[in-house]
Amino acid sequence: MVWREIPERYNLIGSTCENCKQEFFPQRLICPNCRRKGKLVEKKMPDEGKIFSFTQVHSGAKGFENETPYTLAIVEMPNGVRVLGHIVDAQPEKIKIGTKVKAVFRRIFAEGEEGIIAYGFKFKVAD
Amino acid sequence: MVNGKVGIVGYGAYVPRYRITAEEIGKVWNKDGKRTGASLGVSEKAVAAWDEDSATIAVQASRTAIESGRINPNDIGAIFIGSESKPYAVKPTATIVAEACGCSGNLTAADFEFACKAGTAGIQACIGMVASGMIKVGLAVGSDTAQGRPNDALEFTAASGGAAMLIGEGEPLALINQTLSYTTDTPDFWRRQHAEFPTHAGRFTGEPAYFKHVSTASKRLMEKVGTTAKDYTHAVFHQPNGKFPVKVGMDLGFDKKQLEAGLVTPLIGNTYSGASMVGLAAVLDVAKEGDRIFVCSYGSGAGSDAFDITVTKYIEGKRAKTPVRRMIEDKEYVSYATYAKFRKKIKDLE
Amino acid sequence: MSKFGERWDASFRQLVAEAGIMALKDSKIDGSAIQAVFGGCMASGRFLGQEHIGALIVDQLGLNPIASTRLEAACASGSVAFRSGIMAVASGMYDMVAVGGVEKMTEVSVEDAATALGGAGDQEWELFQGATFPALYALMARRHMKEYGTTEEQMALCAVKNHENGSKNPYAQYQNKITLETAMNSAVIASPLKLFDCSPISDGAAVAILCETSKAKKICEQPIEIIASAQASDTLALAQRKSLTELNATKVAAKQAFEQAKLKPKDIQTAEVHDCFTIAEIMAVEDLGFFEKGKAGKAIEAGETKLNSAISVNTSGGLKACGHPVGATGVKQIVEAVWQLRGQGGQRQANGVEHALTHNVGGSGATATVHIFKRA
Repeated sequence: MVWREIPERYNLIGSTCENCKQEFFPQRLICPNCRRKGKLVEKKMPDEGKIFSFTQVHSGAKGFENETPYTLAIVEMPNGVRVLGHIVDAQPEKIKIGTKVKAVFRRIFAEGEEGIIAYGFKFKVAD
Repeated sequence: MVNGKVGIVGYGAYVPRYRITAEEIGKVWNKDGKRTGASLGVSEKAVAAWDEDSATIAVQASRTAIESGRINPNDIGAIFIGSESKPYAVKPTATIVAEACGCSGNLTAADFEFACKAGTAGIQACIGMVASGMIKVGLAVGSDTAQGRPNDALEFTAASGGAAMLIGEGEPLALINQTLSYTTDTPDFWRRQHAEFPTHAGRFTGEPAYFKHVSTASKRLMEKVGTTAKDYTHAVFHQPNGKFPVKVGMDLGFDKKQLEAGLVTPLIGNTYSGASMVGLAAVLDVAKEGDRIFVCSYGSGAGSDAFDITVTKYIEGKRAKTPVRRMIEDKEYVSYATYAKFRKKIKDLE
Repeated sequence: MSKFGERWDASFRQLVAEAGIMALKDSKIDGSAIQAVFGGCMASGRFLGQEHIGALIVDQLGLNPIASTRLEAACASGSVAFRSGIMAVASGMYDMVAVGGVEKMTEVSVEDAATALGGAGDQEWELFQGATFPALYALMARRHMKEYGTTEEQMALCAVKNHENGSKNPYAQYQNKITLETAMNSAVIASPLKLFDCSPISDGAAVAILCETSKAKKICEQPIEIIASAQASDTLALAQRKSLTELNATKVAAKQAFEQAKLKPKDIQTAEVHDCFTIAEIMAVEDLGFFEKGKAGKAIEAGETKLNSAISVNTSGGLKACGHPVGATGVKQIVEAVWQLRGQGGQRQANGVEHALTHNVGGSGATATVHIFKRA
């Protein structure tokens, strides 16, 4: 259910463990380092990051067939957290490992003509 | 005077990256697109990408406004989104914007429709709620991904884009001195519930519709506040094409220089509910303390909202991070085929 | 094992029977000696609308009323089922068990199959974002290329070698050899991975019968002893891994396996590794310790993983050429290891096989198993 994850999908709200200080996205209920000793609270992830790896998907997943080729990337934020998302509005030549990107708000997919529209974050090359 | 305190405390606009030229559109219909574009005063228009819609545009514009105004989202007590191309016929865009902007649940929200003036109607509602003390800050957005009927004159101008205005009393970057509207039941342009494209009444959309309402509201406002066109540094009129706003402006006594900063349609097309507000945002990007701005929107059906605005000293610290002109310049051209795919005009899709 | 491929001729049940009957004949025991069944199957629900595979398998094999359980670990379902079989016998609870891996993927469209496979990753944060399996491995490939200079040609050579081996395997889905040129010119699926970097959609089943070693020696001519069985996990989503150029689950399982067997990588003559994509084979042979991290690409280029080179990798043809009915692969790898140790590898027999290793992975590396075998 997308609705449960609106803070994560719309606003990149992840978690941080107050005990070991590591930050996580998506949110976690149990800190993998501290387990019961950990205390996880919500924390907003940075809006910007760098491309850690990327791929141009030509054979699209269901619901994304009409957008191919689309670019997926794992983006690394300054706090060490990595997030997977689309890169939009960019010429393929501009997309390299290390390119700076920032989060934007886009449609992820719609459940057909009559279903709910899922919105969420994607990334755009930062100036 | 409304109350001498209420004004714009933050603003932002969003213009999608993709463009299609009038020439490219013309090719498909074996028309001289360049010539058609010249007669309309629009050389190219902004096209929303496959994964953009009036909600994503509203979010981007609102986020910019909140950031530039350094507003605490929890202070926003009302959100009104004006659009004629809502992603849902029933389910408000306003709540999506509320969540995406980090607002609290303690607010009222609704979507407005009044063709191209739905956004400015939202501004007026916010002015009322702020000035009466009901809320601290209100967010009014005009955002559209207008549907252009293939092989129709409006296909050359119907574009995607939007702008957000945050209304409040805390150090406003511009004071809204007064606002006034003129509204009649005039069928110049409409879209029935399940119709994919709007229908317009051809030449009827001119004199009895656009010109009558913009002129009437503008003249009445200037009468009420005791000004003439010469008192204003900038003027922004609703801009369905590049010609109408210039004509009505000059008829009202404004000159081309006053209209320049706020005239964006020639390069991005008509962003419908966004049009007047994107024009206003473009003016705020360059306005200086003391500048007086005249704004008059127009929505088919029909009505006009006019505003008398004075820029304050707070403008320098609250300009939008990305100026409208920069968004206009940051562009990539698409072919008609890509445009038809993005705008989901190919019947097999969605 | 059954023949792998697009088995239009066989239903799920028929594949189970095909492999099951072959295993029983090979073991020379009577079915009544089997006391429990463990079945590995990833997504029968999505491919066929059929759950309760444990019950289906034991019923089809005519073995009611013995216990039967299905295990699932995405593409490692087969080998984790095998591990349950091992634990069942090693614990003394059962004397003789059968382990099967089955998958029938061709009943649905290719798009629906790809969506079902996407469930091996993180549905909410990978598939939801449009990440197909090729996309996930492509993200790893690009990092591997950046960090170690691995090339697209080196990856393609894995596919070429696997087709070479597969052409000698009568059970393999693809019997044709391919050239490097064909592989390099094939359509891009998710850059830099192309069609020939990806394993196919397949149907198939494989079965193994297990009992305690001393008993096995009394029953069959050449029993094969399991001298190591290890399994490890890692984060479900790729974005949460520490590194994109190795599968830590493979490394952990391999370390445990070599410790159990008291062997080193150089003691292995043949290995069936999980080449769901060519880059996966490169990372596998590094993570298993056959080559230093980052050096596998060059080693493959130099032919060091070909049949009867430094180490014979994927004599069966691997997932690429033999086919990848996901739940069956883990057990098929074990069947191939058994054949190699027995000298029954036909034209693809590796020379001097003393120890064989199998490596099976679930998803993009969230599960990995390693087994080592020798002649009993």
